[in-house]
Amino acid sequence: MNKIEVKNVDFYYGNFQALKNISLEIEENKVVAFIGPSGCGKSTFIRIFNRMNDLIPETHLTGTVNIDGIDIYQKGTNVDALRKKVGMVFQRPNPFPKSIFDNVAYGLYVNGIKDKKYIKQKVEESLQGAALWDEVKDELKKSAFALSGGQQQRLCIARALAISPSILLMDEPASALDPISTAKIEELIWELKKTYTIVIVTHNMQQAARISDKTAYFYLGEMIEYDDTKIIFTNPKKESTQNYITGRFG
Amino acid sequence: MNQTKRKRRNQKLAFGIVSMLTYLIVLILILMLVFIIVRGIGVISWEFLSTAPTDGMTGGGILPAIIGTLYLIIGSAAFAFPIGIMSGIYMNEYAPKGKLVRLIRMMTNNLSGIPSIVFGLFGMALFVNKLGFGDSILAGSLTLGILSLPIVIRTTEEALKAIPDSFREGSYALGATKLQTIGKVTLPMALPNITTGLILSIGRVSGETAPILFTCAAYFLPQLPDSVLDQCMALPYHLYVLATSGTNLELQRPIAYGTALVLISIVLIVNIAATLIRKYFANKVKMN
Amino acid sequence: MKRFIEKIIQGMLTVSGFVTSIVILLIVLFLFTEGAGLFSKPKVEDGYEIVLNKKNDINTLSAEQIKDMFDDKITNWNEVGGKNQDIVLFRLNDITNYFAEEELGEQLEHVPAKISELISQHEEIIGFIPQEYIKNDFAGKRLDMGNIKFKDVFFGKEWIPTATPISFFGILPLITGTLWVSLVAILIALPFGVAAAIYLAEIANHKIRDILKPVIELLSGIPSVVYGFFGLIVIVPLVQNIFHLPVGETGLTGSIVLAIMALPTIITVSEDAMRNCPRSMREASLALGGSKWQTIFKIVIPYSASGITSAIVLGIGRAVGETMAVLMVTGNSAIIATGILQPLRTIPATIAAELGEAPDGGVHYQALFLLGIILFLITQIINSSVEYVSAKNKL
Ligand SMILES: Nc1ncnc2c1ncn2[C@@H]1O[C@H](COP(=O)(O)OP(=O)(O)O)[C@@H](O)[C@H]1O
Ligand SMILES: [Mg+2]
Repeated sequence: MNKIEVKNVDFYYGNFQALKNISLEIEENKVVAFIGPSGCGKSTFIRIFNRMNDLIPETHLTGTVNIDGIDIYQKGTNVDALRKKVGMVFQRPNPFPKSIFDNVAYGLYVNGIKDKKYIKQKVEESLQGAALWDEVKDELKKSAFALSGGQQQRLCIARALAISPSILLMDEPASALDPISTAKIEELIWELKKTYTIVIVTHNMQQAARISDKTAYFYLGEMIEYDDTKIIFTNPKKESTQNYITGRFG
Repeated sequence: MNQTKRKRRNQKLAFGIVSMLTYLIVLILILMLVFIIVRGIGVISWEFLSTAPTDGMTGGGILPAIIGTLYLIIGSAAFAFPIGIMSGIYMNEYAPKGKLVRLIRMMTNNLSGIPSIVFGLFGMALFVNKLGFGDSILAGSLTLGILSLPIVIRTTEEALKAIPDSFREGSYALGATKLQTIGKVTLPMALPNITTGLILSIGRVSGETAPILFTCAAYFLPQLPDSVLDQCMALPYHLYVLATSGTNLELQRPIAYGTALVLISIVLIVNIAATLIRKYFANKVKMN
Repeated sequence: MKRFIEKIIQGMLTVSGFVTSIVILLIVLFLFTEGAGLFSKPKVEDGYEIVLNKKNDINTLSAEQIKDMFDDKITNWNEVGGKNQDIVLFRLNDITNYFAEEELGEQLEHVPAKISELISQHEEIIGFIPQEYIKNDFAGKRLDMGNIKFKDVFFGKEWIPTATPISFFGILPLITGTLWVSLVAILIALPFGVAAAIYLAEIANHKIRDILKPVIELLSGIPSVVYGFFGLIVIVPLVQNIFHLPVGETGLTGSIVLAIMALPTIITVSEDAMRNCPRSMREASLALGGSKWQTIFKIVIPYSASGITSAIVLGIGRAVGETMAVLMVTGNSAIIATGILQPLRTIPATIAAELGEAPDGGVHYQALFLLGIILFLITQIINSSVEYVSAKNKL
C-alpha cells in the first residue's frame, strides 16, 4: 500500500502558483528524493505533507493529499496529530535554546507524555537512533547550542524521531554541514529507512543517487519526472531531467 | 485522541484569555474616551473656547489656557525643532559611526527616560532661578523643549537612516558638497518622516504638566500674556487645578470635562495627522 | 566664503549633536548642587537654636525627642534621662507671657537680654530661639544639633518638611510609597500587557493588528492629567466602594491608573521581543506536533524572556517617574505604607505637591531636589541596564 498519495495538487502563494498539478505516490519504508533547481518548489511541496504551509498567510491548495489513505486536507483534520505522525527536519539545524535532553523530550512534552521514565528511555532511544547518543550521553543537560552544526542537525533528527513518526521529511538536511557530518547523516538515513518512510529534498545529486530509492525532478513548479533513482540518474525519459543531472544547468 | 482534544481545549482556553485581556485594554480606552467625550461635549461651545474663566473658575471658558498651551508649543518647537533636527543630522551624516554615535544615542535614550518632574526641577533651577527668567513662558518653553528633544532627534535620525546611500552618492557624483547634498537631497526626502515625529512631539508637549508646574504655569490668570517673560495658563495644568483645587469642585466639574475633552482632541488630532502624513507619503513613494 | 559658511554650519551641527549629552550633564550638575546642599544645613530650622538652662544635665537631645517635646508628647525631663521636672516650652512669641511690653524696649532692643535672663532662671525650660537674639553673653546652654546627615535622610522614617523647630526629611515613607504603587501597578499591568503582546505578535491577523497598534499608541499619547482626572472621577469611587474604604484615594487607585499608563511600554517592547523569535524555532515546535499555544508558551515566551523582562523594567521606570496621575489619586499621605489600600505618597508626587511652597534655596527646596536626584538615578539605572542587556543580546 502507498504511504502517501498526491493527486492533482496545485499550490498558491497569493496569486503566485508555486506547484502545478502534481501527482505522485510514495511507498512505505522507501526513501524518495526531490531534486531540481533552486526555487522550483521542492520545499513548498515537502511542506505540504505536514501542512507546514498553513502557517504562511494567504496560501491555498487544491487537489488531494492522502497519508495512510486519509485526506490530510479535509475539514476537521487534526493538524497537530498529523505533524506528530509526519516528522520534519529542516535545512538549517534549529535546536531550541534548551538542554539537549529537553530538545529531544520537547515533542513528548507537547504531546502530553508525562511519564519520566518513559521520556528518559525515549530520549536515549532517539539519540541512539540519530547516532548521537555516544557523543552526548554524558552531557544531556548542556545547552544544545554547545553542539557542532552536524551534531545539532542529528539532534534535530533525534527530536523528530522521539515522537515516533512514521514519515520523516527532510528539507536539505545536510546543506549547511561539512562533508564528514554530511556522510554521517547519509549513513543515518540509510539506517532510518528500515523504520520510516523518508522524503528528502536535496540539491546534491550524488546524495540523491546514493540514498534514495526513487527520485522526483521538479522544474518551475512542475514535476517533470518521477521514477526509480537508478533510472533517473542513468536513463531519464525527459531531456530537461537529463540536462539537470548532468549539470548543464541549475 | 483524548490527548489531542485536551491540547485543543487548552489552546482555545489560552487564546480566549489572551484575546479577552487584549480587548479589555481596548475596552478601557474606549470607556475612558467615551466617558470624557460624553460628559465634555455638552460643555464645548465657541464661548467656552473663546472666553476667560470667571467666577473663581466656576464659570466662563478656557481661552487663556488654550492660548498658553499654544505659546508653549510654539516656544518649545522654536527651541527643540532646529536643535533636534541638527542633532539628528549630525548623528546620521557627520558623526563617525561606532562608539561616538552609540554614546550620543545612549544619552538621547537616557534623556527620554528621565521623568518629567525632574525636567521641572531642572527647569526651575536653571531657567527660573539661575538665568533669572522667573516663572515665564520662556522658562516653560525651554523646559518642554528639552523634554521633547529626544523624540525630535530620534525621528530625524531614523528618517535619514532610511534614505538609501545611492541618493547621496548620486548627488556627490554631480559635484555637490556634503551640506548641499543634505539640504537638497537627503533632508527633503526625509522630511515626511521627520514631520511625523515633530507632530508627535507637539502632542507630547501639549499634554505635559509636571515640567511647567514650577517654570511657567499660572493657577489663574484671566488676561492673556503679553511677553515671553509672563506666566501663562496651560490646558493640562488647568485640568489639574479644576480637578483637585479651586473654589468649588462641584461647579468646576463640567469645565474640567470640557478641558479634558479639548486635551484629548489635541492628542487625537495629532495622532491622526501623524498617521495620515505617514500613509500619504508612504503611498507616494510606492507610486514613484 | 562658501566653504567658510559650510564650516560654520558643520560646527553648529556638531554642537547640536551633543546637545542631549550637555543637557544630561547640566541636569546632573544642577540637581546635585541644589540637592547636596541639604547636607550642609543644620537640623534645626535655619537661623534658630535650641537652648536649655545651664543647670539642666541634658547635653544632647535627638531630633525626635525635641519634636516630641514641642508636640507635647514628652512632658517631663525624666523621659529623656533628666531630672523629674515638667518641661516648659519657650518660643519667641511666648515672651509676652513673661515680660511686659515696656520691659522689652521700644525697638525690642532688650529682647536678647530678657531671653538670656529667662532661660537662666528656669531650670526646666527648653527654648527655640532665633539666632539674632542670642548674643555672646547668653546665659543659657546652646544645644549643638549638627547638620542634617545622610542617615537622617536615607534611613529616616518621617517626612515632615515644614515642622518647627525641626523638620524631618526621612525618605523611607516616600520610597516605600513609590515602590508599593509601582510594583503593584506592574503586577496589574503584566498579565494584560503580555497577553496583548502575545495577541498582537502571534494571534491577531494583519488587519486586526493594524487597528490595534494605533489604539495602543493612542493610549501612550493621552496626557497624564487626563488619566489622573479619569482616575479621580471613576476609579477612586470604584476602589472606595469595592473595598469599603473611608477614602478611595489609595495606593491601589494609583496602581490601577499607572498600570493603564505603563501598558503601551510593556506591550510594544514585549511584542518586539516576541517577533524576534526566529521562524525556524516556531516551525520546529509545530512540526513536532506542538499546538500553536504550546509553541507560544514553551518556545516563543522563553525565547523572548529577556525582552519581556526589559519591558517590565521599563514599565516600572515609567511608573516610578509618573507624577501628575499619581498625585491626583493616591491620597498623598507621607507615612510608611504597610499596605496598598492606604493613601500613600510617591517621590514625584511629593516634589510636585511641595516644591511650589518651598522657599528657593531653603532646606525644603534642597530636600526636594535630593528627591529629584534619587528619581533621576533610579530611572537612569533602569534605562542603562535595559540598554546594556539589549545590546548584549544583539551581539
Ligand atoms: N512564503 C512565500 N511567499 C511567496 N512565495 C514563496 C514563499 N516561499 C516560496 N515562495 C516561492 O515559491 C517558489 C518555490 O519556492 P521553494 O519551494 O522554496 O523552492 P525550492 O525549495 O525548490 O528552492 C519560489 O518561486 C519562491 O519564490
Ligand atoms: Mg528549498
